[in-house]
Amino acid sequence: MTDTKKIEVRETRIVTRRLHDVVDAWKYENARADGAYQIWADVLRKGDAADLLAQVKASGLRGRGGANFPTAIKWESLPADVFPRYLVINGDEGEPSTFKDREIIEKDPHALVEGVCIEAFACGINKAFIYLRGEFALGYDRVVNAVKEASANGWVGENIQGSGFSLDIVVHRGAGAYICGEESALIESLEGKRGMPRIKPPLPIHSGVYAKPTVVNNVETASTLTHIIKMGGAEYAKLGVGRSTGTRVAAISGHIKNPGIYEIEFGMTFREIIFELCGGLRDDKELKFFLPGGASFQWLVNCDEHLDQVYDIDDITAKLGTTLGSGAIMVYDQSTDPVLVAWRLAKFYAHESCGKCTPCREGTGWIEKILYRMSHGQGRPTDMELLLSMSANVSPDVLRAPFTQTTICPLGPSPVSAVASLEKYFRAEVDAACSGGRPGIAVNVRVNS
Amino acid sequence: MTAVNEAKTTVTVTIDGKSIEARPGELLIKVAQDNGIYIPRFCWHERMKPVGMCRMCLVEVDGIRGFPPACTMPVSEAMVCHTDTDSVKAAQDGVLELLLINHPLDCPVCDRGGECPLQDTTLAFGPVESRFVEEKRHFEKPIAISDLVLLDRERCIQCARCTRFADEIAGDPLISFVDRGDHTQVLNFPDDPFSSYFSGNVVQICPVGALTAKPYRFKARPWDLATVETSCTTCAVHCRGAVQSSSNQIVRLLGVDSEPVNQGWLCDKGRFGYEHVHSAARVLTPRVGGREASWPQALDAAVAELKSAKNLHGGGAIAMIGGASGTNESAYAWARLTKGVIGTDNVDAQLGDGIAAEVVLGSDRAQISDLDNAAAIVLCAGDLKEELPVLFLRVKRAALELGVPLVDLSAAPHGLSKYVTHALGAAPGEQGLVAEQLASAIGGATPANETIAAATRSIGSREGNIVVILGRTSLAERDDTVVSAAAALGALPRVRFLSALRRSNVHGALEAGLAPGFLPGRVSLDSGRVHFTSNWGSVPAERGLGTEGILRACAEGKIHVLVLVGADPLADFPDRSLAKQALDTVGVVIAIDAFETPSNRRAKVFMPCTLWAEQGGTVTNLEGRVQRVSRKVSASGLALDDWRIASELAQRMGSDFDLETVDEITEEFSRVAPAWAGASTATIRNARDGVVLPFADHLGEVVFRRGGSSLDIEYSLSWEPIRADGDDVAVEASDVDETAEIDRTIATEDALTLFVWDRVVAPRSIPQRDAYALRVNVGRKLYDGGRIVAESPSLVGLKKAPTMLVSSADAARLGVLSGESVKATSSRGSITVELKAARGIAPGTASLGFSADGTGASELIDASVSVTDIRVETLR
Repeated sequence: MTDTKKIEVRETRIVTRRLHDVVDAWKYENARADGAYQIWADVLRKGDAADLLAQVKASGLRGRGGANFPTAIKWESLPADVFPRYLVINGDEGEPSTFKDREIIEKDPHALVEGVCIEAFACGINKAFIYLRGEFALGYDRVVNAVKEASANGWVGENIQGSGFSLDIVVHRGAGAYICGEESALIESLEGKRGMPRIKPPLPIHSGVYAKPTVVNNVETASTLTHIIKMGGAEYAKLGVGRSTGTRVAAISGHIKNPGIYEIEFGMTFREIIFELCGGLRDDKELKFFLPGGASFQWLVNCDEHLDQVYDIDDITAKLGTTLGSGAIMVYDQSTDPVLVAWRLAKFYAHESCGKCTPCREGTGWIEKILYRMSHGQGRPTDMELLLSMSANVSPDVLRAPFTQTTICPLGPSPVSAVASLEKYFRAEVDAACSGGRPGIAVNVRVNS
Repeated sequence: MTAVNEAKTTVTVTIDGKSIEARPGELLIKVAQDNGIYIPRFCWHERMKPVGMCRMCLVEVDGIRGFPPACTMPVSEAMVCHTDTDSVKAAQDGVLELLLINHPLDCPVCDRGGECPLQDTTLAFGPVESRFVEEKRHFEKPIAISDLVLLDRERCIQCARCTRFADEIAGDPLISFVDRGDHTQVLNFPDDPFSSYFSGNVVQICPVGALTAKPYRFKARPWDLATVETSCTTCAVHCRGAVQSSSNQIVRLLGVDSEPVNQGWLCDKGRFGYEHVHSAARVLTPRVGGREASWPQALDAAVAELKSAKNLHGGGAIAMIGGASGTNESAYAWARLTKGVIGTDNVDAQLGDGIAAEVVLGSDRAQISDLDNAAAIVLCAGDLKEELPVLFLRVKRAALELGVPLVDLSAAPHGLSKYVTHALGAAPGEQGLVAEQLASAIGGATPANETIAAATRSIGSREGNIVVILGRTSLAERDDTVVSAAAALGALPRVRFLSALRRSNVHGALEAGLAPGFLPGRVSLDSGRVHFTSNWGSVPAERGLGTEGILRACAEGKIHVLVLVGADPLADFPDRSLAKQALDTVGVVIAIDAFETPSNRRAKVFMPCTLWAEQGGTVTNLEGRVQRVSRKVSASGLALDDWRIASELAQRMGSDFDLETVDEITEEFSRVAPAWAGASTATIRNARDGVVLPFADHLGEVVFRRGGSSLDIEYSLSWEPIRADGDDVAVEASDVDETAEIDRTIATEDALTLFVWDRVVAPRSIPQRDAYALRVNVGRKLYDGGRIVAESPSLVGLKKAPTMLVSSADAARLGVLSGESVKATSSRGSITVELKAARGIAPGTASLGFSADGTGASELIDASVSVTDIRVETLR
């Protein structure tokens, strides 16, 4: 198929190379034959943590979990001389449409373990936690197995390869709450408590797991580290555009011909990603809109300005006010009802709100209830104004992006992004949805809402 | 750490244009509040850590994006904050609107209606009407989460005040959030009720009507209540509270925040124990020979007995036990009656279950607040959680939050065990021995073992005093082990003692001279003889007997008239058989009580007295703090205050006290009692947190109420720690000078000195334990069989049958399963009790609860033996 060939040309496979090219890369012997742990062995031989920091700094690597915080600056913020300190790998990938970490976790867990080793060494950490989403049953088995194999082969444990450096890796499985992908809620959950975000400051880097300095990194970030050390930071930085260096693993789904994960070099346009890399829309239908950065941020639509937008962390925020978020792109064709999409997203957030702070706990539920009515033929003429006005209780300046919040963490404002997108791009559909209602009657009576 | 803070002194912040000096790191919401700017809030509570959950206190701070909550925002230099801009108001409005969407708005049938913070805040800050037309969240209407507390999850606004209180303050994390989103709810764990001793506090601090307490539910509307500030006298901590009544019935007691005493908290026994005041079992009419009589008949009958005993056998043939349950004024009147008029020194406010008055009155004293910054806290007392619950909270906080090392001399596991830093593992009866080892190690000798060495090191590394909490470690031992511990530790320079005697106003009674060898105001019989003879006319010639001696003398026929003032020896004296023998033998019992008890059932004369909230006056807590208690309801039936009964008896004995009111007694007390020198009714009335005895030493600490002596409280503030007035002023110079002058005159007049214990103890030996016996530690439980629990309908069901705890090794050795009933036999008697294997108890030791209804442990104890050993056999 010609399409497949094109994909191979346009993808820049660094982090995902092994999981594509090596059969059963999750098995130690296969990964090892492909060079796994070689960089880790080199790092141990050199024993130069400062050089690792320098390389990562030169690479310009930014966190791949969605917040895009420069990894090297995070490392540098570690308070000196406070021990023990911990490394936590955030593998609680729970956002709708996001599945990039899952591929790495399930198919190339040794890349993750090697990245964890290198990061722990760079930060002087002797205990790392890999927190995996509870639903990742296979992933959990594979990572546990990888850690076991790495230990058996002397890459993890006491006095690794005679270097004097020791590292213990604990793999922890979550209990099924989306909020635990938020780093402080993840730490609460890891400590055995109910997963709810902490008040910041203090940031985890100062007081995280067991109130000790904690580096929290995404799975993809950690897995990238090995390649940065291998290539050299400066070489890695040549990839990408502006301050968005290197590649990003994007999970692309929806009404698309070839859904899946694609490792994209920053700088591509959405038009290239959707229509060339992924082969265009299913049945060659017309694009209606797409979510450029997971479920939590504002949508983009079928117009030249949006399609020619460059895949660049800073540029998209500066120009269009949305972000690349968790690295997921969801594509919808003309058959889609945007109000229904907004409702389904809101339902997710209403269900996953941890309940800690009022605006999120109550606001997400209210948004969901209104959108349910609108998308199920019970909309009222006043509903959209009400939505916009009550959403301001959660995220003042509703249409503004990136959003502001009255909540503790960004979960609450997430469905407001969908509301704002409806208002910005789909007012006609909204008005249609709002005309069928019968004012004055509470209709939202459902079982198990 | 403090040094660093002090070096930084203050920062200047601007709130709504007002320039304010504040301590760095203080929370913005608190700084604003202290400067008259109220930022609305639900989740924030001064006594708990901030969580920033409700988002009601959103404000704007220059330089910070969005709306940070004021409750989690520490102030810093040059911070500029706005609490009243349109955008802040919009944000706060928004939060309130969201809080209300799922709230049922059933205010008309809600107990909180009228004093509800959500109602009040909505009126003050909220939107006018709701735009929410969807179905609200539904839950089953109130569910009982414990025997005392009901939870309505529909009303709940998820502020986590209750869950945080349970976890942070009480240490009973039995309630928690479950579920997510708008179905987030507070719940207890299945089959595990919220059976905390402090559960009532969550009802008080709940900002809505989600948590209600059974005793108050549907009893009253807040605007119909009359409120007065008082102290709870259920135990000797004397937590400040606000008692509320409706139609002359007490309906509620709320905690009042007194920094030196209770920091706003109450235990459930104190909070709900008011019910016993209105018990149908109260004796409301005087009785003579078991028949109802008039007061003159009863008083005359009593006086006839007293006079005839005195004339035939001398004053020493009369003895008095009790006086610890009333006010200081009652105790003083009874001391003056017994010691000054009847002429007997056989007077004891304790029931053989405390420690020698010499130790309590004559040692260097600590205050409760000294626990917060002590070098260490040494526990040499019974289970504080069971006996003095709110003191337990303070010790727990000191150990857990403030890092004070907790050194434990206890022989059995107790409420504080899990917070103990150094468990010295004393066996029953050996606390004195271990205390001596500890004292000599602190004094510089080689430590006897590694635990003592570690405790000594951690004490040595800290500044401040070593606070020894001293109480009766076990009712199955004589108090001499505690006394020798006090002697050993008291010799150290930094040691201060906090008495852990538990009974109501026992410290006030001891200070008033209701102990053998003492006269009012902490003076010994000998040193106060001249002074009190001139004031009273006479005092007893010789030191008399304590309760144990009195009961023995009764049993031997040496005492002819026994006066029981609110005392029930059969229930409370550890050796029941001795108490029974005494009461069976003694010729005449005169009882002053509110209830008929096994001890006073055969009383020749029974005179009914008033109870808490029916009597006004002052009380003295375990740190020696004198505070006012208020009369809120009128006396039940014909009951009279204890002091009036004493005064009437004195008059009929031919000695007119000329004391007509409580204030007159307070004035006389202050005039004649050295420890009270400098006190005046005005000082006590106006001192916000009371005054610590001796007055002369502590007048400088007094904080006076602004605006006079009113104890009236705004009911609507009940969810915050309530205070009659927010503006406290320091002592005014004129107050100090005036009182200091009075002080000098009394102290020099008769060369009176306050009693100091010489720490001389008789040598003691602990009997060898045989290999088959268990040495038993007997402690009290909060919900015992005492009058308050037995006569309070809400509490009576909480009483549990005592169990005996042993180590699993002992249980295995005895071949007994945990939960099985066994027969325990001592040299005195035997009982049947349920046995449980427990952690934290040493092999060879058994721990048994004392039930204050005259059954159980008291059958095993022989008051003349220093420790109690038992044999255990199965009933199979």
